[in-house]
Amino acid sequence: MSPQPIESLKGFAVTFRQLFRKPITQQYPEYKRPVYPRFRGRHRLHRHQNGLEKCIGCSLCAAACPADCIRVVAAENTATNRVSPGERYARIYEINLSRCIFCGYCELACPFDAITLGNEFEISEYSRDDLIYTKDMLLAEPIKRVPVADPSLFDTPIPYYQEHS
Amino acid sequence: MTEPWWIGLIKAVVIINVLLLAMAFTTLLERKLLGRMQLRYGPNRAGPFGLLQPFADLIKMVRKEAFAPMAAIDVLYVAAPAFSAFTALSAFSVIPFGEGWKIWKWHVNGVVADVPISLILIFALGSLGIYGFIVGGWASESKYSLLGSMRTCAQMVSYEVSLSLAVLGVVLMGRSLSLVDIVDKQIDTLWFAGPQLVGLLVFMIAGVAETNRAPFDLPEADTELVGGYHTEYSGMRWGLFQMAEYVNMIVLSALAVTLFFGGWEGPWAPLGPLWFFIKLLLAVSVFIWIRATLPRLRYDQLMRFGWKVLLPVATANAVITALVIAAT
Repeated sequence: MSPQPIESLKGFAVTFRQLFRKPITQQYPEYKRPVYPRFRGRHRLHRHQNGLEKCIGCSLCAAACPADCIRVVAAENTATNRVSPGERYARIYEINLSRCIFCGYCELACPFDAITLGNEFEISEYSRDDLIYTKDMLLAEPIKRVPVADPSLFDTPIPYYQEHS
Repeated sequence: MTEPWWIGLIKAVVIINVLLLAMAFTTLLERKLLGRMQLRYGPNRAGPFGLLQPFADLIKMVRKEAFAPMAAIDVLYVAAPAFSAFTALSAFSVIPFGEGWKIWKWHVNGVVADVPISLILIFALGSLGIYGFIVGGWASESKYSLLGSMRTCAQMVSYEVSLSLAVLGVVLMGRSLSLVDIVDKQIDTLWFAGPQLVGLLVFMIAGVAETNRAPFDLPEADTELVGGYHTEYSGMRWGLFQMAEYVNMIVLSALAVTLFFGGWEGPWAPLGPLWFFIKLLLAVSVFIWIRATLPRLRYDQLMRFGWKVLLPVATANAVITALVIAAT
């Protein structure tokens, strides 16, 4: 290819023009871009409305986990100590978030929608031990640190196979 | 016209400090300007508008461990960056930045050292500075460094020829090798950027190559070589190399301003150093602008351009200038 001095000079005009435009950088800690409603962040465990835990300690999430980051130890519910509606409950429920790949398979495997992936992604810690989330931490209402976009903006249209059936 | 020796000493201390500060903020200016040209902000975390970034960088570099390869040739390895930085800094001493003032009962020149052959001195110091890069790469005893310094050597030697030839037209028109005389001549007649436009272009292009900056940054070429001649350097030794590069850029910009844009002469107000500073800032910005725009040349393109385009043009410019001056 032969040298193209004119085209090279045009390049200088291009770079010069950018000086007068506003940078498109999003200044992260000051401005947080809203995540999608279905964004897969840190897990949450849920309770029924009557306060019982949805998790029954079946370990299906642990079995589905490709990163092997979930540890469930189940125990029997008793009349005096009823934690979940089923026969058993999760005595220990730990997620090692330093191993988790946020694939969402645990969410799919769960028969009772006890575990879902929340929207939080600001979960860095100074120590690896702090990244092992226990049941209490997962059950607790998370501190809202990440803005979430309005779900109605991202509602998918009804698929054609449902429309015509 | 003469001044006592200690005034020169004071001026030297002041100029070196100003130059180092200017170097520090040139790095910031470069990152800011590059960022803006790429629709980014550039550094804006350390201090207001990122103004403390150079100092943060300095502290980081000084505190970093300066490790050395086991096989490195100690004395040369340590001396090379300091040598480069020294030659780069000392070249600025002959560049006039003002008219000269009368302070109380002493006359103060607008230049640290008024040498009658100052232009040759600058090129001599520039050539010596190359040794810092070459020896530094060679003394590291690493193949990447050696390759990098070989490239540096070939490139700088090639482009230095064009650089000196581009200046020849100015020397002929100014009828002097002293930068002070050249500036005076430009004040009497006109800025040499007009009649020596070709010389200016060649000077700028060769100057970019001489300071190892994009698009001629093959000695560093971080995407091809690991880091060129300073692969094995770290901490403040690496910082000294970087400093030498930036000071070289400032010196070359100052030289361009002095030779082609009337030095410290301004359109109005006798504020020599201020005009010099403004022109210098614009020249440095042009260097950065070039870096933001052009992609890196391939090695054979670099060599072909240097010897087959730049050198004939510079030679023709010098010859034609000589003929015109002889005819008039």
